[in-house]
Amino acid sequence: MYSRAYKTIVSAPPLFWVALFLLLPYALMFAHSFWTVQDGVLDHHWNLGNYQKLVANPLYAEVLFRTMRIAASVMLCSLLLGYPLAYYLSFHSGARKEFLYQLVIVPLWVSYLVRGYAWKTILGSEGVLNGFLQYAHITHEPVSFLLYSPFAVILMLTHIYTPFVFLPIYASLEHIPRPLVEASEDLGASPFSTFFRVILPLSMPGLLAGATFAFVLSLGDFLAPLLVGGSSGTMIANIVQTLFGAVYDWPLGAAISVCILLLTLSLLFFTQRLEKRWSFK
Amino acid sequence: MSSNAIPQPALVDANTSLLEVRAVAKRFGAREVLKNISLNIAAGEFLTLLGESGSGKTTLLRLIAGFDLPSGGEIWMSGERLDTLPPYKRRVNTVFQNYALFPHLSVRDNVAYGLRVQGAPKKEIPARVGEALHMVKMTEFASARPSRLSGGQQQRVALARALVNRPQLLLLDEPLSALDANLRKQMQSELKALQREIGITFLFVTHDQEEAMALSDRIALLRDGALEQVASPREIYAHPSTAYTAQFIGQTNLLRGEIRRSIATCGVLRWPVEEADGPVLFSLRPETIRLCPDGKRQTHEVKFRGNIRQQIYGGSSELLEVDSGDGQILRVRLSASGPLTGEHDFVFSIADLIRVVD
Repeated sequence: MYSRAYKTIVSAPPLFWVALFLLLPYALMFAHSFWTVQDGVLDHHWNLGNYQKLVANPLYAEVLFRTMRIAASVMLCSLLLGYPLAYYLSFHSGARKEFLYQLVIVPLWVSYLVRGYAWKTILGSEGVLNGFLQYAHITHEPVSFLLYSPFAVILMLTHIYTPFVFLPIYASLEHIPRPLVEASEDLGASPFSTFFRVILPLSMPGLLAGATFAFVLSLGDFLAPLLVGGSSGTMIANIVQTLFGAVYDWPLGAAISVCILLLTLSLLFFTQRLEKRWSFK
Repeated sequence: MSSNAIPQPALVDANTSLLEVRAVAKRFGAREVLKNISLNIAAGEFLTLLGESGSGKTTLLRLIAGFDLPSGGEIWMSGERLDTLPPYKRRVNTVFQNYALFPHLSVRDNVAYGLRVQGAPKKEIPARVGEALHMVKMTEFASARPSRLSGGQQQRVALARALVNRPQLLLLDEPLSALDANLRKQMQSELKALQREIGITFLFVTHDQEEAMALSDRIALLRDGALEQVASPREIYAHPSTAYTAQFIGQTNLLRGEIRRSIATCGVLRWPVEEADGPVLFSLRPETIRLCPDGKRQTHEVKFRGNIRQQIYGGSSELLEVDSGDGQILRVRLSASGPLTGEHDFVFSIADLIRVVD
């Protein structure tokens, strides 16, 4: 048994950290969302005005739904890319496993911004992709929907978050005892059947974790829409950023943040329940 | 020693052979794990692959199950070439060493797995699953998850999961090695009874020679990827063809000596033989040596005076380590008879000496 003093000393730093950098900011945000700004001055009078504004103006709901659509698309695309990649690496890559694993991880070392600007260069009207399309005579003038659209945001976020989806799925696939796969084939299941009856169910915790990563990280992203989204690709975080910056309406921004936070927390709660349902150890 | 040099019991002939392993070899890179293995298994037989770890017994099992491909040779079952089929098309089922039960499925669904993936009629499945669970006495655990079961219970489920498919051949890869000693003995006798009852051919892998002796119709002893001897437990114990077999199956004394003019000499021991001159090696089981209180021997017996170095009590019997005076230590097994010390006369029958090769 550890002494009480030891326990106190050990747990003090993390508790201090959590209090200072998590609980305090959240408390401030929560409080702000019930205040208002009058002529650039914060009015500490408690009211629900900000939330009423959010409900009254359809613009907010529209952007929020677009954000969720984009996040869901990113989640789906990165699952469709990340799962087969992880499956191949874990089960069929043989001696190339280590090397391919590094290849998947390397993009994580490159700055988010650099990758964002790279997509700008690729998708722009003077960009690499349009240049190729015209060179190959597929189009005769630059295609404009590539850049500054929800499509561009989804593309960029998928590129950025696929490794985050790949990693937990890969980890859960690596944890599947290989004799289970042999047992399945031994009992007469084709590789296809084995995948859907054994491998997929046993990798569900990883798949859920990856999906949650992609969705939650996309939901709060503001750089991708800023760089490649244009006006039609604006997401909810851009609105929060504008409210905190240019507009100087911290209370309204805080109210939106509280909404996003509640959304994210309920989502995490839900996926955690699902993950428990799918873990068997 | 290759297997075809050994007389095989009448049980096995070409007509009743279920499985034929023909000159099978397996290499992993430069490492030769199996060398030219030929082995027939009769329908309804309980055959054990016995060997030390690394002898290639599990590899041979995996080749038959289809998890690995042979580097040479062929495997045939019921007149059909087996080694070219993927595992899911072979009428062979396996009980894995650590059972490999599906953790996300209940006991019932684990057992039903084979029937479902092979598209058995839906109406039949519950009855057959129930029957299989009843057979291994696990009916009351049908709804449990495998992680809730003890090792012995998981073992039974693994057995039911394999047998429910009515395979022609059941492969068992050290299925009892994870169980504690008492449970293991109990499962051994249940396994043997079950095999007799359902009549399915069992190919059993173990490194435990006692287990092999207790269960098998025949034992195939593997050594460094080659078959050392294939014979019934009694045959292999009474007539080991090599020194390795004699030492691996039970305990023995190896007597290394010389024959000259029809007399074999090994240290102080001498006896008449009808063989050509030259060096020889004999195996003499400890239980064939006995005390000779009156100092008299029959004509077909060899007598020697030995100094008891050590006595190991084993309940019903005791094992003596006896120095025959020339530095050679002979092991002698007697039925328990109280402490013994000092010098005594011992005899053994010449007929109990088995000539073996290195």
